[in-house]
Amino acid sequence: MADAVRLYTRYIGASLRAQMQYRASFIMNALGHLAITAGEFLSLAALFGRFGNIDGWTLPEVALFYGLVSCAFALCEGVARGFDDFSRTIRNGDFDRLLVRPRSTLLQVAGQELQLLRVGRFLQGLAVLIWSAATLGIAWTLPRILLVLGAVLGGVCLFYGLFVLQATLCFWTVQSLEVMNTLTYGGVETAQFPVTVYRAWFRNIFIYVVPLACVTYFPALAILDRADALGSPTWFQWLAPLVGVGFMALAPQVWHFGVRHYRSTGS
Amino acid sequence: MSAYLSTFQARGRVLLQYREAALAGVVTQLFWGGIRIMIYEAFYRSSSAAQPMSYAQTVTYLWLIQAMLLLVPWRVDPEAAASIRDGSVAYEMVRPADLYWYWFSRGLAQRVLPVLMRAAPIFIIAMPFFGMQAPVSAAAALAWVASIGAAALLSCAITMLATISLLWSVAGDGVSRLLATLASLLSGSVVPLPFYPDWAQPVLNALPFRGLMDIPFRVYTGDVTLGQWLPLLGHQLIWTAVLVLIGRWLLARGLRRLVVQGG
Repeated sequence: MADAVRLYTRYIGASLRAQMQYRASFIMNALGHLAITAGEFLSLAALFGRFGNIDGWTLPEVALFYGLVSCAFALCEGVARGFDDFSRTIRNGDFDRLLVRPRSTLLQVAGQELQLLRVGRFLQGLAVLIWSAATLGIAWTLPRILLVLGAVLGGVCLFYGLFVLQATLCFWTVQSLEVMNTLTYGGVETAQFPVTVYRAWFRNIFIYVVPLACVTYFPALAILDRADALGSPTWFQWLAPLVGVGFMALAPQVWHFGVRHYRSTGS
Repeated sequence: MSAYLSTFQARGRVLLQYREAALAGVVTQLFWGGIRIMIYEAFYRSSSAAQPMSYAQTVTYLWLIQAMLLLVPWRVDPEAAASIRDGSVAYEMVRPADLYWYWFSRGLAQRVLPVLMRAAPIFIIAMPFFGMQAPVSAAAALAWVASIGAAALLSCAITMLATISLLWSVAGDGVSRLLATLASLLSGSVVPLPFYPDWAQPVLNALPFRGLMDIPFRVYTGDVTLGQWLPLLGHQLIWTAVLVLIGRWLLARGLRRLVVQGG
């Protein structure tokens, strides 16, 4: 285990040094990311300017959802790049090389790249989160701070699990499936609003199948001290981020099943 | 002229090879459209304030975004970018064709065909099942088609600027990313332009980006009448002409100082 951690940190170190070779390009790109997400948030604010509220939720409240999911997704995109880009590893036949090395394939794919670029989106999400908390005047007790951290970490785990599943599918499909983006990027878009604004069938997908609501909606209710229109108990709202961790724990099982079915594309 | 037409056709045949990718794209687009419509549905039921567009018009506008999303100049022509990076752009200059229009026609094929392949299924599915309306009149439909054509040209002219910028900064896709961001926000593909604050409207109206989506979509939904639309078509075409002229001027300058390494 300690050996695996050491290897992972060396992988990451190499990836970071490589990215820092093009410093100007990196800064430009990170700023570009920041601009995109900031622009998206301003567009959201424009809608609240026209409508005032969405099902009784105001902009600062929705901003809390937005901040939580943006921070989680940005962190996850940064660390899970190897899985996000896995179809290329399969297509090139590079996965053969990973298989002959005496280390776990999960570790090697995970260590492929740490994408610093996502820092732009993360900072923007954090800024929105802080703005939201300041505007709403949330009292920052220790349990609340822990819950925010837990929700973000639970979100990272959940998205990480999704990226691993997406990569696993490549063992069969070779090409990466754009359809999976509906769960990752689409999930981010969905989780920016309270799940109650959606129709029931759609809402249930994001509560029971891909439990994104457990890392945004339920903890946010506890942070805001609001009663749940769906009737969930308070203790569940506090513990909900653990569901994200559980989701990630399932992913390696599926992955190993996929690896056994791998057939190289090379000749 | 026929050389540019052949370039267009050849690129089209390459793209038609990837039908499954197009199908997967359609499913994604439908899902995305569904999320957005549920959000606007919730917004409309939360407020009784007067809105710049009716709910039905907004839904149609949102579906048009999904159908036409690839009109946004997301990225530069990858082959042109590669030829600049590895220096083979020197060969392209030897060809007896104008480099600007050669790249432009290739880019146009890359834009138009995927848009058509993605738009058709969305119309077929969203119209009967998901509240997308037909154009308000036959005349509006014709105006819409003309405006989409102008939008495709405008989109290519913007892409060309991003491509040409690579002559100055080989590594950075900074300019193209910036242009894509501006285009997606200011064309109406993130939020329909009429929902932006009133003070922002004159700025949005003056910029070229609304010609990519907002102008064709609003003549389709009837939010803009035919009389109002004609000057807007002029807006699209004049901006295209201006951006083409700027692009050609930049390309000529860039090629003059081009140094290709190699032996």
